[in-house]
Amino acid sequence: MTRPDIDQVWKWLDAVPDPEIPVISVVDLGIVRAVDWDGDVLNVTVTPTYSGCPATRIIAMDIETALRDHGVSDVRITTKITPPWTTDWLSDKGRARLEDYGIAPPQPAGGPTRCPHCKSQAVERVSQFGSTPCKAQWRCTDCLEPFDYFKCI
Amino acid sequence: MSDPLFEFLLRQGDNTLILGHRISEWCGIAPAVEEDIALANTALDLIGQTQMWLGLAAEVEGAGRSADDLAFHRDVWDFRNLLLVEQPNGDFGHTIMRQFLFDAFQVPHLTALHNASDDRIAGIAAKSLKEAQYHLERSRETVIALGDGTEESNRRMQAALDRLWPYAGEMFLRDGVDDAMHESGIAADPASLRATWDDTVQTTLGEAMLTIPDSDFAQQGGKSGKRHSEHLGHLLATMQFLPRSYPDARW
Repeated sequence: MTRPDIDQVWKWLDAVPDPEIPVISVVDLGIVRAVDWDGDVLNVTVTPTYSGCPATRIIAMDIETALRDHGVSDVRITTKITPPWTTDWLSDKGRARLEDYGIAPPQPAGGPTRCPHCKSQAVERVSQFGSTPCKAQWRCTDCLEPFDYFKCI
Repeated sequence: MSDPLFEFLLRQGDNTLILGHRISEWCGIAPAVEEDIALANTALDLIGQTQMWLGLAAEVEGAGRSADDLAFHRDVWDFRNLLLVEQPNGDFGHTIMRQFLFDAFQVPHLTALHNASDDRIAGIAAKSLKEAQYHLERSRETVIALGDGTEESNRRMQAALDRLWPYAGEMFLRDGVDDAMHESGIAADPASLRATWDDTVQTTLGEAMLTIPDSDFAQQGGKSGKRHSEHLGHLLATMQFLPRSYPDARW
């Protein structure tokens, strides 16, 4: 087979949704660090978000499946922990999509700037942790809706 | 003594494994759903860190064992975790106090490790440090909220501190493994981390209206594996039951 172009592969990967936050792709999440050919093997380097995140294994499987569907049969997923993943690697597209989906994107100040629903700045923390390792629970004191905040690390 | 690097890695992985397992015991029964989720998430981070530490330990040992083999097929005397982390959960206050005393150590410890001369160790430390800092932020705030809370919560937090204090000193004791790690530029002398820890602990416990016990007596024997408390065997019996009873079990 002819080896697909690396740019093309990145486009395919950008269509692989995060299994727990399906509005963003694994590329938006910033965990795909490199894609390169090693002979006929396509090497995809992935940096996990949290060390114990159960989604990490699913993500590797989803990446492999997606690439197979596009005809790439030899895929090697390499896990790389250095430098450690940071929310700075989230794409701007990903940040905007998170907010549209109701998840406040990470902020360097350590808390959301506004409610993703009504955009009010009157927000308070409910819990430092949430439904997945990457999120915390917040609440808007204007519209009273609870919402997820993507933790900044 | 076996290879000091292997011993050192077991200490790292066993601390996170045993504490991770301990706090996972709260899953489904914590006093509030937010706390339940927080404890389960903290446990998840610690178990994830364990996979990295014990994975590297297995690699360094080179005896064909995996991280799972080390976690599930060793007995009490082979474990190298601090006595502090194997202590039973007690009430929620005990669990949070134990977490705080450990987190306050783990942050400066991982900060120092993150400059280790061994890139693999530096990498795991850098990754774990981010999570440890987040854990410390929460355990610190919770200790203050409960210590400076009601009369009852203050009394319980003081009881937790009094009960756990004798287990804190072991973190700073130095032995042959620490010497070897220090000499090869991997880890800091544990005693040198004490000042940072004291600072965090004194400030936090002061804000929490709690009194630090004035005895410096330190129980020891966990990280050397010479004398674990009776609680570790019970924990392992639960944690290791399935892989020991059904050795080839797969999810």
